[in-house]
Amino acid sequence: MSVIKVEDLSYVYGKGTPSEKVAIDKINLEVKKGEFIGLIGHTGSGKSTFIKHLNGLLKPSKGNVYIDGENIWDNSSKIRNLRFKVGLVFQYPEYQLFEDTVYKDIEFGPINMGLSENDRKKRVKMAADFVGLEYGLLEKSPFELSGGEKRKAAIAGVISMDPDILILDEPTAGLDPRGKDEFLNHIKRYHKERKNTIIWVSHSMEDIAMISDRVIVMNKGKVVMFDSTKNVFFRDKELEKMGLRIPQITRIMSRLKDNGFDIDSGILTVDQAVNEILRYLKRREID
Amino acid sequence: MIRDVTFGQFFPGKSLLHKLDARVKILLVATFIVIIFIASNYISLAITLFSIFFAMILSKIPIKTYLKSIKMITILVLATSLLNIFYGEGTPLFNIGFITITKEGINNSIFVAARLIMLVIVSSLLTLTTLPTDLTDAIERIISPLKLFKVKTHEISMMMTIALRFIPTLIEETDKIMNAQKARGADIESGNLIQRIRALVPILIPLFVSAFKRAYDLAIAMECRCYNGGDGRSRMKILKVGTIDYFAIIFVLIILILVLLLNIKLPVTMR
Ligand SMILES: Nc1ncnc2c1ncn2[C@@H]1O[C@H](COP(=O)(O)OP(=O)(O)OP(=O)(O)O)[C@@H](O)[C@H]1O
Ligand SMILES: [Mg+2]
Repeated sequence: MSVIKVEDLSYVYGKGTPSEKVAIDKINLEVKKGEFIGLIGHTGSGKSTFIKHLNGLLKPSKGNVYIDGENIWDNSSKIRNLRFKVGLVFQYPEYQLFEDTVYKDIEFGPINMGLSENDRKKRVKMAADFVGLEYGLLEKSPFELSGGEKRKAAIAGVISMDPDILILDEPTAGLDPRGKDEFLNHIKRYHKERKNTIIWVSHSMEDIAMISDRVIVMNKGKVVMFDSTKNVFFRDKELEKMGLRIPQITRIMSRLKDNGFDIDSGILTVDQAVNEILRYLKRREID
Repeated sequence: MIRDVTFGQFFPGKSLLHKLDARVKILLVATFIVIIFIASNYISLAITLFSIFFAMILSKIPIKTYLKSIKMITILVLATSLLNIFYGEGTPLFNIGFITITKEGINNSIFVAARLIMLVIVSSLLTLTTLPTDLTDAIERIISPLKLFKVKTHEISMMMTIALRFIPTLIEETDKIMNAQKARGADIESGNLIQRIRALVPILIPLFVSAFKRAYDLAIAMECRCYNGGDGRSRMKILKVGTIDYFAIIFVLIILILVLLLNIKLPVTMR
């Protein structure tokens, strides 16, 4: 059974005003348990709007959302429990910090869940570990942290609820390259250990290529592709038309192939490319 | 949702009311408020009501938008008109227990309700059809004679401009923060009074933090562009009084005179 099922989902902002705007349009898709899904799309294509439907922050103008087979709006008193199951990290989530210490802020979700003090402690530690936040920072005020540390603290504030489905809206936007790689690795480890479902929204094709099993491509409010990462990045011409592109390394490799080198063109990461080129060179030596 | 607050928000359009000069509009709305308060019998009340309705249609803004502003004051209207029903003196009509309902009481409550609703609609007419910047610009011009008494009229209007400019931003910000905290299971909608007030803390603190940051950034941005008060500042948009403005002035004056005459000719129903 799929953990997320979306049926004919549409949403209109400002219905009945002159600024009415169809933000997402008849989306149908299913996500299986434990998948790591990348979500890409041009600015304004409706990514953020779409994910807000998955934890019931927005109510569909039309269509249905099923989580674990249950229509989330069948019983709207359960919406709050749904939010513990579907953790949503917003774009630039730093602004959600409010407590006087980072520890208390990360604890906010677990307190709302009604967990005991002991459990909460474990949750905070677990979340800090997963995002790579040093324990030393936990007793500091969130407003004293650097931008990157604030980001980690805010994300830990959602991970501490230990959601079955974790949705991250451009979590690495504005981080330095090293912080970004670190964070990517942390999330990879988190996914491996927890085996939960993750949806990752990003503008970085390199990140998406490195981390996701399948990729959703949105354009002008519609889902135009939903396929394995490799297959999506095969369709480079179409992606370019939507203002997206394929990872640089994928492009280099497919150019090499076009120029007569006998290599696999569905390469997504630099590591894969290195292996493939080494393999090719070795083969040539033998010949 | 908090975005549904329409009161005081500009509704873009190209109607006649949108085209009126902002200064004229402010003065006419002020006149209309006077009319609302001096209309003291049912005929003049009907005339006022009708002309406001006429203006609403001219504005080409969906009636729903006005209804939303009225909805915000329903409780106030109900409470005040209910209190007025029990206003004791006058011709008694009937009794409920020891309370006597009088004809004057009923008249009073109808008038109070009608006046409150008309006030809200008239002020919505102004804010819905006037760009906030035009509005403050017009206010600056209207109060400019006060400069003689060393009142800093430009600074006052600049403060109003900034305040108005940031209302939508703050609403958006509040919405964003509320969503983020709701996503962490914050429960804003239920619980007793104390629980509800405590539930606001996670929203208010980030809101204040960002508002102060914004104010600070804005001050720096203004200084970087050499802002130093009103002296010698020119305007991008010059306000101009045209034909439709004269028509509007005549229209409102006619209603004012009509209501005044009716007040003299007819018995007063409500003061
Ligand atoms: N609160 C809102 N009110 C009105 N329109 C909105 C609102 N939020 C988003 N929109 C509009 O809906 C469309 C989709 O916005 P959305 O934020 O979902 O895009 P996005 O794919 O997340 O973009 P980005 O990559 O820039 O974050 C945009 O055209 C936007 O202008
Ligand atoms: Mg977005």
